[in-house]
Amino acid sequence: MAHEEHADIPNRIRAKEVFHPGTLIAAIIVAVLAAMMLHGLVRNKNFQWHIVWLYLRDVKVIQGIGYTLLLTALAMILGTILALIMAIMRTASNPVLRGVSWAYIFVFRGIPVYTQLIFWGLVAVLYPVIGIGIPFGPQFVDFDTSKLIGAFAAAVIGLGLNEGAYLAEIIRSGLESVDGGQGEAAKALGMKPSLIMRRITIPQAMRVIIPPLGNETIGMLKTTSLVLAVPFTLDLQFATNAIANRIYAPIPLLIVAAFWYLVMTSVLMVGQHYLERYYGRGFTNSGSKRSKRQAAVNAAGTTTIDPALEVEQ
Amino acid sequence: MSTTASTTTGTLRPPLGSPMVQITGLHKEFGSLHILKGIDLTVSTGEVCVLLGPSGSGKSTLLRCVNQLETFQAGEIRVGGERVGFAEHPLPDGRLARLTEKQIAAQRARVGMVFQRFNLFPHMTALQNVMEAPIHVGKVPTAQARARATELLERVGMADRATHYPSELSGGQQQRVAIARAMAMDPELMLFDEPTSALDPELVGEVLNVIKDLARSGMTMLVVTHELGFAREVADQVVFMADGVVVEAGAPAQVIDHPSSPRLADFLNSVL
Repeated sequence: MAHEEHADIPNRIRAKEVFHPGTLIAAIIVAVLAAMMLHGLVRNKNFQWHIVWLYLRDVKVIQGIGYTLLLTALAMILGTILALIMAIMRTASNPVLRGVSWAYIFVFRGIPVYTQLIFWGLVAVLYPVIGIGIPFGPQFVDFDTSKLIGAFAAAVIGLGLNEGAYLAEIIRSGLESVDGGQGEAAKALGMKPSLIMRRITIPQAMRVIIPPLGNETIGMLKTTSLVLAVPFTLDLQFATNAIANRIYAPIPLLIVAAFWYLVMTSVLMVGQHYLERYYGRGFTNSGSKRSKRQAAVNAAGTTTIDPALEVEQ
Repeated sequence: MSTTASTTTGTLRPPLGSPMVQITGLHKEFGSLHILKGIDLTVSTGEVCVLLGPSGSGKSTLLRCVNQLETFQAGEIRVGGERVGFAEHPLPDGRLARLTEKQIAAQRARVGMVFQRFNLFPHMTALQNVMEAPIHVGKVPTAQARARATELLERVGMADRATHYPSELSGGQQQRVAIARAMAMDPELMLFDEPTSALDPELVGEVLNVIKDLARSGMTMLVVTHELGFAREVADQVVFMADGVVVEAGAPAQVIDHPSSPRLADFLNSVL
């Protein structure tokens, strides 16, 4: 009993809590249903669990995981860079910069990513040669597009451009969430606009940006399963599907894919938690004392107790 | 006024000699709203100038013009003899060339400013707040900036809270850190924009004491405040503004205790 922690108040109330039969009945029904599903999952021979187990560690599957993660990472990096540029352009005083940013978001957010990926797969047909030179003038160097932009690059570009359009709005709202007084204080210290953006605005905007950015990353991981539209054929979804077609066992390979996607999204969610904590430093809603905050963080049991991590960056 | 003070020794102010701030014929419009209607004001080096006036009289706007947080439509501001915001000489066609962001930033770096709402950087500790500008604007080595920041936090009585984030500090403590932050760039001039207006009454004193200490060290200051006691105690010059013009200016004893205009007398009555 936690009784010894409390102050010694005489005649403390010993309350009998209200009984909720409805909740109890509902819980029993749900528990039975869950048990039935679990039973069906394990006992249904059609799942072919031995095949699942066999292919869970297949070389092609592991390679597929690698490519899926690589696609996710590169597309998110490309998307974030594009989005940051677009978000800053969106707030520019020059109407050309604002207009281009608006058009980019309009186009790439309005077309399904699957359609965009097919387009990027066909870009070599559209522009067989890409060159570097004077705009509308002579070219100095020419590249064969199909060699320059392979299936992997096309997949990254397609996913990244699409993601950039979504992230641009997220980043813009993040930048706008930073109090105007912050910029003024930084200006008054003699900081230049680029320095203010880098040192003051972006670190504070990150607190607002990180949660949706994490969701977008997890979304991107799942969206990579569409790269067969390019077609790129080495990601987890395509790899498991190819095996399934070869051995005529679609369901166990789907389970393999689902299992690994779940593992990857879970890992990403853990990473997101740590990022949110890092960028949330200095912002506390509950309790103004640092000890309280640290205690709360420690109580969550998800971190090591190391306050130095929070003090110095 | 204290024209007899001629030495810089001890706690005496340096002589009230060369002008630090010269404002002439300043006009400021927000759209159709005429906020400042021809302001003339001179603050000498080492002088503490307190701006008084009802809200909406334009005193905060005037302060923000000095640090170029606001643009102005007519007139001229000089800080340390240097024209603020524009090139020294007009172009052949009579227009004035605006300074670049970089040049403006360099001018601002010489002027410290303290805001009503503190505006500390919430993602940095008190120490990091004070170190930020010296490191990234002044290009001071980190160790040196840290030593100087620690010294400044000590001076405002915040050394023991150096590793705390602003959200973990009281309003008065935050404002003291903000003063240390503004001092870290070794400014020639300090601007205070109602530094105690956002504070709970019991926290006003600690901040005013830090500002008084700064005034006694000979810092040139332009202070917008409603604290008459503070004005009486540390100001060399008190300027009363109303409706965008300077109504009365002079020594505190003269302006606060013997107002000559009915406008100022009304204001003093409502504040006291």
